Amino acid sequence: MSQPARLPLFESLLEASLPSSGIAWLDAARQENLQAFAEGGLPDTRVEAWKYTALRALGQRRFATVDTAAAAATVDPARLALPGVDGMRLVFVNGVFSAELSRLDDMPAGVTLQPLSQALRGDSEALRFSLSRHYREPGDAFARINAASARDGVVLRVAAGVRIARPVQLVFVGAATGSELAWHARNVIELAEGAELSLVEQHLGGDEANQLATLVCDVEVRAGARLQLALLQNAASGCNLIRRSSLRLHAGAEVGMHVLELGGALVRHDLQAELIGDAARLHTRGVFMPHGRQHMDTQLAIRHQALNTTSNSTWRGVASDRARGVFRGAIVVAPGADGSDASLGNKNLLLSASAEIDTKPELEIYADEVKAAHGATVGQLDERSLFYLRSRGMVLAEARALLTAAFCRAMLDDLPNEPLREHLSTLLLDQLPMA
Amino acid sequence: MTMLKIENLHARVEGREILKGLSLTVNAGEVHAIMGPNGAGKSTLGNVLSGRDGYEVTEGTVSYNGVDLLTLAPEARAAAGVFLAFQYPVEIPGVNNTYFLRAALNAQRKVRGEKELDSMQFLKLVREKLKVMQISDELLHRAVNEGFSGGEKKRNEIFQMAVLEPQLAILDETDSGLDIDALKQVAQGVNTLRSPHRAFLMITHYQRLLDYVVPDFVHVLADGRIVESGDKSLALKLEEHGYADIGAGAAA
Ligand SMILES: Nc1ncnc2c1ncn2[C@@H]1O[C@H](COP(=O)(O)OP(=O)(O)OP(=O)(O)O)[C@@H](O)[C@H]1O
Ligand SMILES: [Mg+2]
Repeated sequence: MSQPARLPLFESLLEASLPSSGIAWLDAARQENLQAFAEGGLPDTRVEAWKYTALRALGQRRFATVDTAAAAATVDPARLALPGVDGMRLVFVNGVFSAELSRLDDMPAGVTLQPLSQALRGDSEALRFSLSRHYREPGDAFARINAASARDGVVLRVAAGVRIARPVQLVFVGAATGSELAWHARNVIELAEGAELSLVEQHLGGDEANQLATLVCDVEVRAGARLQLALLQNAASGCNLIRRSSLRLHAGAEVGMHVLELGGALVRHDLQAELIGDAARLHTRGVFMPHGRQHMDTQLAIRHQALNTTSNSTWRGVASDRARGVFRGAIVVAPGADGSDASLGNKNLLLSASAEIDTKPELEIYADEVKAAHGATVGQLDERSLFYLRSRGMVLAEARALLTAAFCRAMLDDLPNEPLREHLSTLLLDQLPMA
Repeated sequence: MTMLKIENLHARVEGREILKGLSLTVNAGEVHAIMGPNGAGKSTLGNVLSGRDGYEVTEGTVSYNGVDLLTLAPEARAAAGVFLAFQYPVEIPGVNNTYFLRAALNAQRKVRGEKELDSMQFLKLVREKLKVMQISDELLHRAVNEGFSGGEKKRNEIFQMAVLEPQLAILDETDSGLDIDALKQVAQGVNTLRSPHRAFLMITHYQRLLDYVVPDFVHVLADGRIVESGDKSLALKLEEHGYADIGAGAAA
């Protein structure tokens, strides 16, 4: 471990310590987590989960706290618009809730959607369980930072049996200000029994926004509830975005997830799912496309802990220029999770000789009658396909773009929201270096 | 007029010499059939002519309409009118057949300084070509060759040829694996395109195709060279006696 107390990053976080919330348990939890970070520091690459993502340089940086000016940075509302996404919307600019950009009128019965800062002023006890978590792993540094420093975030609850037809949109904007900011968001989402929701989480950034953003998101999907979650990460090219989502799926719960990682500088996504109820089903599709000098690290950890649970995950990575991609997919089928079905695939393309992708699927099975499959590859575009397209007249760059686009777009095929799917497809195409 | 002149062509694949001094001249308007034993180098010739990577020409020249074909990228050859119907057409998931064909045609037209076709104009062209080469609408809307049967893939190759209207078409065993109706359709596709300005190299193992598309010349390619050339009767002779005598003749 590095010498944490001397890390400029730590010092800058300390200076940014939050004023007392007036809620004793919350202040205690913040203090504890700050202390834990002070002691544990940032993980180095000897910690398995951070093997390919070095944090030395980040630890040496100082980030300013979000002040009123930073919170008031202007954002063109047109940039938030997403086709096929017209429901309620909660927007944060540099981690601060923006009432102006949000759309909270018309809230259907049975739904709570509000900024965490507001929720804490109400029934804070309901948030105590989520916000008092201890992070024990050596790799948890950013969760600790987040717990110590997050002043806002999303609280979203859907009551039992309530089905929300129009997709709800959560937007996190990193807007450029005079200084390099650190901001943090803490989301608590719960779908009660039999509830249904489609959720879109969007990360955007202004050019020149050099930031550190951490995001921790707990999602509880109760028995028989269904959640569709699309994550569009298009943060500013200077943004270091460290995000963790923890999902818990109860009996018969279903979660379908589509993730598109496009923006950011250093991007880390820990996606943890626990299938704790019988017959829970998780379906994830994801694409990460680092280019330039971007570094994108996705860590998928799925635990099957109940009977007949299903997880099906396919992720694809495309790295160009001098970019680096990391994918780790770890599936555990715990004792007693008999009859479970787990599959995980990760295919990657390298579009340049200096790009790199490290991928590692891990599968541990401790139960009986389990169906499991996993595989990972890193390669170049199929030479035969390229030649076929070129032999018909398509120029090399176009042929490569077409094949690469097809490779990625396949991950969106089963995204149910068609206008959104088309839009994401287009974004994906635009991101391709040769497009 | 000479369209294609191959002289003393030597080519290696994976370090192994496959073409060993092949010479062949094709004039505009002609149909040449190329027959020969498995592994003789027929597909290699098609690949070398269309510019596939990994096929290294070590000796010899190929001139096409007076230009050195071997210096051109595959897409430049396509734009110049060279077309290869693949022995094994490639499946490309996620790339729509119609989209691909229009993009390819427009890429060629752009190089030739012709106006690109918009989707309406392209649709009209497709309808016209479908009269020649029957393939179902459903196939057109699928991904390129994905899940196509063997015969459907071959028909798709000819359909692409009909749309792209090449000057020099190399058909690599397009007749293999076709039922009799499909074979007739493929033959009709070729015959429709036959013109004084076009030439065809038809690689085939069977005399049957040549009943429908009557070739001007038949060549035998064995061990990387053209070892015998003749008219249509050569194909009949081969059908009867195989390649045994031919090989002996070439060695002499
Ligand atoms: N890409 C390649 N890699 C390795 N060997 C190859 C490659 N392409 C061709 N060859 C070899 O070159 C030789 C000639 O192959 P080619 O495909 O040209 O034969 P062909 O005459 O078309 O045979 P067939 O009638 O079976 O189609 C064969 O021995 C083949 O194995
Ligand atoms: Mg062959």
